[in-house]
Amino acid sequence: MTQYMLSVHHRVGDPVPSEDEIQPIFEAVDRFNNKITAEGIWVFGGGLEPRETAVTVDNTGAEAVVSDGPFAESKEWLGGFWVIEAPDLETAVALAKEASAACAGQVEVRPFQAE
Amino acid sequence: MNAHEAIERIYREEYGRVVASLVRRFGDIDIAEEAAGEALLVAMERWPEDGVPPNPGGWLTTTAGRRAIDRIRRESHRDAKHQAALMIEDDTPHEPTGIVEDDRLRLIFTCCHPALAPEVRVALTLRLLGGLTVAEIAQAFLVPETTMAQRITRAKKKIKDANIPYRVPAPEDLTARLGGVLAVVYLVFNEGYLASSSGAPIREELTAEAIRLGRILRTLLPDEPEVAGLLALMLLTEARRRTRVAGGELIPLHEQDRGGWDRELIAEGHALVRECLARNRPGQYQLLAAVNAVHTDAPAAGDTDWSQIAALYGQLYAIAPTPIVALNRAVAVAELDGPEVALAEVDRLQLTTYHAWHATRADLLRRLGRSAEARAAYDAAISATENEAERAYLSRRRGSLAP
Repeated sequence: MTQYMLSVHHRVGDPVPSEDEIQPIFEAVDRFNNKITAEGIWVFGGGLEPRETAVTVDNTGAEAVVSDGPFAESKEWLGGFWVIEAPDLETAVALAKEASAACAGQVEVRPFQAE
Repeated sequence: MNAHEAIERIYREEYGRVVASLVRRFGDIDIAEEAAGEALLVAMERWPEDGVPPNPGGWLTTTAGRRAIDRIRRESHRDAKHQAALMIEDDTPHEPTGIVEDDRLRLIFTCCHPALAPEVRVALTLRLLGGLTVAEIAQAFLVPETTMAQRITRAKKKIKDANIPYRVPAPEDLTARLGGVLAVVYLVFNEGYLASSSGAPIREELTAEAIRLGRILRTLLPDEPEVAGLLALMLLTEARRRTRVAGGELIPLHEQDRGGWDRELIAEGHALVRECLARNRPGQYQLLAAVNAVHTDAPAAGDTDWSQIAALYGQLYAIAPTPIVALNRAVAVAELDGPEVALAEVDRLQLTTYHAWHATRADLLRRLGRSAEARAAYDAAISATENEAERAYLSRRRGSLAP
């Protein structure tokens, strides 16, 4: 078994869904979450608050520096993710297809390092 | 051929089967390759004295399997999966592949997995299924050996880290995934048949390898019409290889000495095309094979059934509407409706970086007596290809233009 992160990214210029549009997405994601929980695939997951809420901590120097804002001012940023456990990439990709349809966004599949 | 060369040849023939079986058993490409390499050394030592065993592939697999187990025993830090492999006493227990039980089929789907970059799929397939050395693959694609070695190492690491399975896809995904495998085989063939680069105009080792892979796929998936179509296409193209270059110059189809075509390959290709027609589930490789069947059916260039060829390209365009298909169709149209009609079609395509587009335009302009424009088009075609034999042909045509 391998753990994979299925991550959902937002881009500058992506249309912001209205309240009416977002409701069915929430419901679809809920259904997907329930399904993978029941099948024992779910490890962890969730949506993130907007990146303005981020704080970046750097304790690599003499003194820790805490600064307001995300690590990188980029045109793409992480919106949320799932961590799943699957027997192989094929299975993870099949789940990512469902996840992408449910959350109405592109999903990146990436394996975790083996222990 | 001396004894060692004979053994190396057998080893290369059997390599895909041996490695695929070891990958299935040990779940690790590196272990499989190392063990296969060790088995070769043992064969080099024993076979010249004991003679080649009746089933050399089986012998190599068994020997390599023992070596792999020895290695895993020595390196006790290997993880549980490899330890588990020690429990397996023989080669028999493995999950059926679903359609046919052949480890090579699983492995080719792994090598051609969409999670890998296309150029990496080609390299891995040639390395693991074709048994070509990294140096040979590097040479075939004109990259330094270290670059190719790195590319292959990274791909194997990705297969391991991302846990890309050794499995034939489920029936509902098979057709789509098979398309990726066939594309890799055809790419290998094409690179051999019309090398995009300078150096040898035809790389026989690549066309031969692609046909060998095509034959393996055909044995493994006898009911997939596109597999038969691709094999037929390669055979009917290969049949003309000997007549395709003369004196360092590319000879176009209509000038080739048809007596020099390989009748055996043509007969085999035609039989496959007939089989595809009977199945009536056309696809792009089958249609291209049918085009080649029409060409190889004509005793002389003047006997070619161009309306049939135009119709086949029309059918192909309906499935794969690419400008290259349209260009090929226009070549048939030139024979049916004249060069002027064809030129109008070709000019709409604007494949300005494609040498064949310029070469086709040049020929049509030449036939229309528009020499100055034809000359410019030949120049553009010559600068768009690195293949020396093709450049030589185009230069001759340009030289024969009326002033």
